[in-house]
Parts: sequence; structure tokens; C-alpha cells
Amino acid sequence: MSYLTKSPWILHYDASSCNGCDIEVLAALTPVYDVERFGIINTGNPKHADIFLVTGSVNEQNREILKNTYDQIPNPKVVIAVGICASSGGIFRECYNVMGGIDKVIPVDVWVPGCAARPESIIDGVVKALGILEEKRKAMKIPAGDTA
Amino acid sequence: MIPEPWAAIVNAVIYLLLAPVVGGLIAGIDRRITARMQGRVGPPLLQPFYDVGKLFEKENLVVTTTQNFYVLSYLVFMAVSGALFFSGGDMLLVIFAFTLSHIFLVLGAYAAFSPYSHVGAERELIQIIAYEPMIIITAAGMYMVTKSFYVSDIVQSAVPIVLYLPGVFIGYLIVLTIKLRKSPFDLSTSHHAHQELVKGVTTDFAGPNLAKIEIAHWYEYVFLLGVVYLFFGFNPLLAIAAIIIAYFLEILIDNTTSRVKWQMTLRSAWLVAGTLGIINLGVLYYLRMVIVP
Ligand code: SF4
Repeated sequence: MSYLTKSPWILHYDASSCNGCDIEVLAALTPVYDVERFGIINTGNPKHADIFLVTGSVNEQNREILKNTYDQIPNPKVVIAVGICASSGGIFRECYNVMGGIDKVIPVDVWVPGCAARPESIIDGVVKALGILEEKRKAMKIPAGDTA
Repeated sequence: MIPEPWAAIVNAVIYLLLAPVVGGLIAGIDRRITARMQGRVGPPLLQPFYDVGKLFEKENLVVTTTQNFYVLSYLVFMAVSGALFFSGGDMLLVIFAFTLSHIFLVLGAYAAFSPYSHVGAERELIQIIAYEPMIIITAAGMYMVTKSFYVSDIVQSAVPIVLYLPGVFIGYLIVLTIKLRKSPFDLSTSHHAHQELVKGVTTDFAGPNLAKIEIAHWYEYVFLLGVVYLFFGFNPLLAIAAIIIAYFLEILIDNTTSRVKWQMTLRSAWLVAGTLGIINLGVLYYLRMVIVP
């Protein structure tokens, strides 16, 4: 196992969530769940992040910001869509300004279901993401041009 | 007395090899105790090493390539100042190298374009201005007691330095809070999760560059605690106990205070240097020159 899976730093971005999912994300940091046990840190800086955790659907106003933030995270990185809104747009899907799930703008690796997603399923999603992160790291080692 | 060349080189090499290990362990213990104080379990003891290992596995994303140069210089000068200290070198030279290394960090943060990085760099400069007088007073105080600026002489002196310099010692502990980037003085960057400046001075460093900054911090921890040792050089056991108690106090202060503004940081650091430090030196001078000439 590489160090990457032992020290995943998370960047949490609220696209246009109702704040339900955000509260659950922050609940994972409280003493009850204490994700720092697994080396997980909630950083506010894309340049320090490994996992991009997005809540809420993407809309016309923040698509640029979402894309820009994603681009600022150094490789290897994974994206987790937390909650139904981030996955598909949820109950806001039909709104005139909503584009839908965040996968309309950035590639998503893990979808966490729920409205709101429970802290347990968010932590479960992060653990799944660690496996994908490890695969991406291995793929990064393959020199450019070698498609194997 | 000039330090014996071979022993000095051996000590410097031992410092260069072991200080990152010791510093990383201190950081790990720090994070565990902090978590316990907050009612959490906390990360594994070796978490800081996992973090740095991880950062080296990441892509080195930079805004401009000069950042690489500045970060490397920060690390190298930090290691050099610690090595000079542990090889028994001149205290003043150590302080110059130490300050220079921080200047490189500030330049690195200024080289990036983000406003967070710039404000972080400004605050780092303010912190340097805040703690520098007290650090110089510490060196001057040790000179007044032992008649030498060489660390090798100071550490061998049988004089209980801390009894002559109680004010300087307390002043040093207060600026240590600034140096260890602990609350209430963690202005430029903080170990705690979110803050108003994203990550301040380290905002624009990613992957391997951030790892180098982290390793430089480990070197710095060992050097700063080494200065605490000097105050108790007459009794090594007492010195180690003092280091442990001092560090525990720093963690306690970190977890029970909230961040202050930069004006307050500057004022309190200078007030401490100006009262505790200068009065201590003045009394010492008076005793030496007037009472016992
Ligand atoms: S999934 Fe539900 S709780 Fe989460 S942001 Fe959407 S509406 Fe709110």
C-alpha cells in the first residue's frame, strides 16, 4: 500500500447544495466519527487536496469555479459526488439554472447516495475512492506514450 | 574556545540524519495529544511521515518554477542553521542562517500570484519581525552568562543559565509559540483545518514542495527545542524534562486560545522582549558590573 491511501486530504466544495449534505460531511470530522483517525484531513486548499468531495448540483453560475477548482488539484486525484443532488441534480434537476449532476462538468469516480448522505456512507465513499486513487497513482507511473 | 573539528562534524551529520525523524515523531505526538484534548482518537503516531510520503507521490504543481528554488533554499538553510547549532557553532551565525531560511519561504510565497499566498507571506514577515528581537536577546543573554557565543561552550558551562536568565527563558517560550506556528500566533499558516487565509504562506505549494516545507519544520522543531536545552545545559535530565513540559504547554496553549490579529502578535512579542528580556539583561549587567565587578 502506498502512502497515498494513508493520508488522503479532502477538499469539500458546496456546488449548490441545500446544506443538508454539507452538515453530514462536517459531521464526519466531529469526535463521533473522527476521520483524522485514518489520516483524513479536511483542507481548504485545492493544491493540498487528493480527494475532491462535492455536494449539490452544478449550476450555470458555478460550473467555471467547479472546473477551475478541479484543475488546481495535483494528480493523482479522485472526485466524490456526495448526495443525490451532486449525482443527478436531485430535486433541483428541473430548475432553469441547474445543469444536473456534477459529472456534467468534471469526471466523477464515486457516487454516494442519500438525501442527505449519511456520514457512514460518506466515509464508505471515501474508502472506495482510496482504491481508485491508488490505481490512478500506479497509472501515473507508466511513462507517457506507453498505453499498457 | 573553538569547537573540536571532528566532534563538530559528527554532531552535525547526526543532526542532519536524525532531526527529521525526531521532528516527525514530535509532530505525530503533537497531533495525538491535540486530538485527545479535543475528545478525538487522533491519527496514528507515524501520520506525519505518511503525509510527507504521500506528498512526494503527488504531482509537483507550481505556479512558477522559481518556487522550487525558494523551497529548496528554505529547507537547506534550515538544515544548515540546525547543523551549525548542533555542531557547537556560533549562536549569531545560527540565527542569521535561521532568519535567512525564513526569508526564502517568504520569497517563495511572493513568487506565486494568489492573494492568499501574498497575505500569508506578509504575515510571515511580520512574525519574523515579532520574534527576532527576543531570539537575539536570548543569544546575548547566554553570552553575558557564559562569556561565549559558541554553543559548544554554552552547553558545557556548569552555570545554571536558566537561574540567571528567567525572564529571557519565559520570553523565549512565548516567541516559541510563534515559531511553532501555534495558536494564538498562527497567523501566516496553521496546522488546524480551515482558516481565513486558505493555507496562508503554504497555499501555493503542492506535492513535493509542501513535503520539503514540512521536513524543514521538523528540522526547525529540533533546533528550537535544542535552544531550550541550552538553558538547562548543566543538568541534561532536567533539560529534557524542561523540553517536554515546554512542548506540552505549547500544545495546551494552542488548543485553548483563539488566533489574534497581527498587531497583537507584534505588540505582545515586542512587549515580552522589551520587558522580560531587556530587564533581565539589565539586572544581570548591574549584578556583574556593579555588585561583583
Ligand atoms: S442530496 Fe438532499 S440533502 Fe443533499 S444537498 Fe441535495 S437536497 Fe440537500
